[in-house]
This record gives sequence, C-alpha cells and structure tokens, in this order.
Amino acid sequence: MADQAATSPTWTTIKRLLHHRLFVVGLALFAIVALAAILAPWIAPLDPNKLAMRARFQPPSANWLFGTDNFGRSLWSRVIWGARLSMMIGASVVVINAVFGTLIGALAGYFRWLDNGVMRVNDALMAFPAVLLAIAVTAVLGPSLGDVIIALGIVYTPRTARIVRASVIVLREMEYVQAAIASGAGHFRILRRHILPNAMAPLIVQLSFLFAVAVLTEATLSFLGVGAVPPTPTWGNIMAEGRQYISDAPWIVAIPGAALMLTVLGLNLLGDGLRDVLDPRLRIQP
Amino acid sequence: MTLLSVANLTTTFRTGSGEAAAIENVSFDLNEGEILGIVGESGSGKSVTALTIMGLLPMPPARVVSGTIMFDGRDLTRLSDSAMRRIRGPGIAMVFQEPMTSLNPVFTIGEQIMETIAAHERLPRAAQFAHAVELLDKVGIASAAARMSDYPHQLSGGQRQRVMLAIALSCRPKLLIADEPTTALDVTIQAQILDLIMDLRDETGMAILIITHNMGVIAETADRVLVMYAGRVVEQAPVAALFDQPLHPYTRGLLSCVPTLEQSMPRLRAIPGTLPEPGRRPPGCRFAPRCPLAIPACAAALPPFETHAPGHAAACIRIGA
Repeated sequence: MADQAATSPTWTTIKRLLHHRLFVVGLALFAIVALAAILAPWIAPLDPNKLAMRARFQPPSANWLFGTDNFGRSLWSRVIWGARLSMMIGASVVVINAVFGTLIGALAGYFRWLDNGVMRVNDALMAFPAVLLAIAVTAVLGPSLGDVIIALGIVYTPRTARIVRASVIVLREMEYVQAAIASGAGHFRILRRHILPNAMAPLIVQLSFLFAVAVLTEATLSFLGVGAVPPTPTWGNIMAEGRQYISDAPWIVAIPGAALMLTVLGLNLLGDGLRDVLDPRLRIQP
Repeated sequence: MTLLSVANLTTTFRTGSGEAAAIENVSFDLNEGEILGIVGESGSGKSVTALTIMGLLPMPPARVVSGTIMFDGRDLTRLSDSAMRRIRGPGIAMVFQEPMTSLNPVFTIGEQIMETIAAHERLPRAAQFAHAVELLDKVGIASAAARMSDYPHQLSGGQRQRVMLAIALSCRPKLLIADEPTTALDVTIQAQILDLIMDLRDETGMAILIITHNMGVIAETADRVLVMYAGRVVEQAPVAALFDQPLHPYTRGLLSCVPTLEQSMPRLRAIPGTLPEPGRRPPGCRFAPRCPLAIPACAAALPPFETHAPGHAAACIRIGA
C-alpha cells in the first residue's frame, strides 16, 4: 500500500529529521567517523604500530597525513584505528544499554512491587561518579577491551533504565493500556505491543547521547591508562603518550583530541535533532 | 435468563485516613440481551462498579470487601488473574470514555483490531484481516478495507469510538460495559453511537451495561436503570417507570436538572450541595443533607431498599410523603 508508506509515522519522522539542519550536520560528522572506522583497513593500510625511528615527530605533511609520534608511528593510521575502537565500544555500550536498560526499566516501571528494590540498586550505582565506577570495575575485571565495554555498560545502564521506567510509568496508565487489559491482553503482550513501542522516542534520544558519553568516557579511561592496553591505539592513550611532547609536537595531542571532539559534537547534534523531532517536550541532561 | 448477577458488592480503597468504601452493598441483575443503565454524579461509584466487575481496579489500594459477581455461572471475585484474563474479551468487553486516548498511537487501527482477534482465536492472517474489515463495516466505518491502514490520529473522535466498539465486539462478548461511551463526543455523534450500540445489541444479543451521568442517554438506550448516589444504589426501575414516577428524591432532583421543551422554567433546578466524600458520609441516608424532604429519622439509619411496584425499588423512607 503506497498510501501507508506516505503516512506512516516512521516515514514522516525521517522526513522531518532530514529537514532539521543541525541533525544533518551531526549525522554527517558521525557518518565520517563511522565510515573511517569501518574502512580502516583500506584507508589506513599502514600498521598503526609500525615503528619508523627515522621519521619521529614528523609534522602533518603530504607524506604523513597526520604526522608521526615519538616512535615514528603514523598518526593517520593510529587515529583511524582508534576511531574503530571508539565506535566499537560506543556501539557495544549502546546495545548493552538498550537491552538491559529497557528490560530493567520496563519491569520496574510496570510491576510496581519490583520498582522499589530495583530502583534503589539503580540509584546506588548512579550515585558513583561515572569514571570512578568504571575504574573500579576495570580494576576488578582487568584492563581489556571487553572489560571496558562491560564496565561502561554497568555504569550507564542505570541511567537508561531510569528513563525507560519513567516512560513506562506514564504509559501504564494510558487508556489504551486499560483498553488492552479489558480485552484480555496479558502482561507480556501489553509491555511488548502497547508500552515499549511508545517508550521508544525518549530511549532513542538517550541512546544517541549515551553513545557520545561512552566514547568520551572510554577516551578518559585509556588516557588514565585503565582502558585498552597500549600499544593498541585509542584516542585516549595516543593523547596520553603525546602529552609530554605537547610543546614540540602539538599535533600528536591535537589530532585525536579534535577527532574525539567532533565525534562527541556530532552525536550530540544528532541527539538534539532526534529530541526536537521525536519529543519536543523532552529535555534530557546527558 | 440472568447473565450477570451482582450481590452485596462492596469495594473499598485504602486512603491516607483508612479504608473508604467507594461502593457499598451494590446489587443488581442483568439479563441476556438487556441494556441496563447506571446513572449518577461523578463520584457516585458507577465507574468503580464497572471496574470491579472487570477486575480492572489496582489491588491494592482497592479491595473487594464483600459480595459476589456471578457471571455465566462463575463468581468473578474468586477467579485467578489468568482466569479473569480469559473472561475479558470473549466474556465481558469494555469501551471507555475517552476515544482520543483509547487507541495505541503507534499502530494502525487494522493492526489493533487484528491483534485482539488473534489474542482469542487462532486464525490465518487473511481471515483476521477479513474479520476486522467486517467488524469495521458493522460499526459503520465507510470504506472499511481502506481505513484498516489508518493510524488513530487520522480518525475523528466518533470514528475512534466506532473502532473501539469494533475491538470490543471482535471477541463476540456476552456482556459489553460502556463507561460514558459518548461523553467526549459531539452531540450529533453521540446519537449515532448510541444508535449503533442498540443496533449491535439487537444483532448480537449481547447484554450491555451503560454507565453515564446523562439522563438523556439513559432515556434513549436503557431498558432498566440503576440510580447510584454516594456509593449506594438508591433506586432501580424500568426506564419508563423511572421517568414517569421517580420515587427517590435524588432521582427527582436529577430529572429536574434536565431542561425540557414542554414547560418553560426560569432556571433549571440544581440539587443544592455536593456529594459527600467517602470518608465523610453521614450515618443515615447519604442524601439526607441535600434532600428537600429530609426529616430527623433520615439521618438516623440507612433507609431500607424496598420494592414499591413490580421491578421498581428505592431506598427512601419518605416515599409518598
């Protein structure tokens, strides 16, 4: 039915998003980073860990696009492979959050007897500063890629759960939920068909901000030396290593820093656009 | 034959200041194919009665303290959650007051009707679709097949209430509870929906419990009427008897609030005062503080619910005074 495609909510939302200028800017920035991450083996064929001691501290030039670091490693390769890692971590944390945050939030919001217990544990986790909690978790699990993802998942899932719970509590009282119960629908069907689809808008907005926060926190962790272990290139540890040469070779810090900033900016613009279009009344503090 | 028999039903709510009874000792019977109207002001307990029958009240804070709800040979107050869920839909269906919010905004109306069909009957998708179109047709939606892919926001209030009726009818219920089904609609649409409800009764033979504060709706649709005040049934009568010879002073007050064309009066006679809150109800007749005929004895004890004519009963000691 062609008519349906023209009027379906998904399609109108996409059209409105594409008319939102800042959303398109954010999407473009994010797409550049995401593409660089996906295409890393082709656009940065040089091994990011290949040493070239004669080419140490080369400034950006035609030969070395982003210059080289103190070991003569290509920053172009290192930043792009770093993007791959950041994107992977960001995406994994978002997926973990979407699954567990929705599950916990929906159950706590829908079944009132669960609410108090679950949300107090949630609040306890939220009371810790994010980076501190993440460092504590990686200290227990050990600093590897998978453990960073798990740590960030544990740190940020409570926030997502809280947002989902808030939506579910409102939606649970909607008349169409009452009407569904009145026509004999069970809990599972009501949650899946009537509550969760309507709770998606704030969740999607939250997840786009969360992507940015996860990328930023991962960079912080690896800057502090508790993220992925060197020589694996991450934006955080490239900056950490380049820090001591900042006056002689500022590009070592500046380029991954700019990449991080543009990624976070892009994701925030994306999230703002989604928020404006999906729910103008919603205001989330990322 | 009696389909629904409610006896001595009392539902309370836990409040900050103890248990408050929303309805007390409500009793009535509903026969197959009959339309029973429950009328009363906001807070009189008519919606709580309906929600108690459907088992839709949140418990706690609500609690059924006493009474039985016999439906089709089973006491609904004793059923488990899952048994109650199987009654909702094929046994008792319900339409709500607010058609604007009674449909899920993210699915088409076709999907929503087919979902209810699928929940109670195993049918191939094509048969579900055909059944849904047939239902939309039955409730008077023009070019039903084309409207199946419409979203709720594309429909008017009257159309949405028709869709709600189609969903309620999809499981062929034996009893339909309509809680203020026309309150949120334009007057012209109200009449259409009421006509539709009566047509559907004639066609399907289902019993209907219609809840309203509008005497006009009662006059137009109901066979029998229950008048509720402050959580109690104060009068029960066949519809003609109620309008010709209202017994309870409250019923008379309600009827004199309705403007008529036959006699001109300078102002409508409103009932003075307001409905007492559940916790602050007077010990005797609940209506006594507002009643023009009240005597000291009224406030002393609850008046008995007595039959004064065949099928016509009222709870008042001043009848005939």
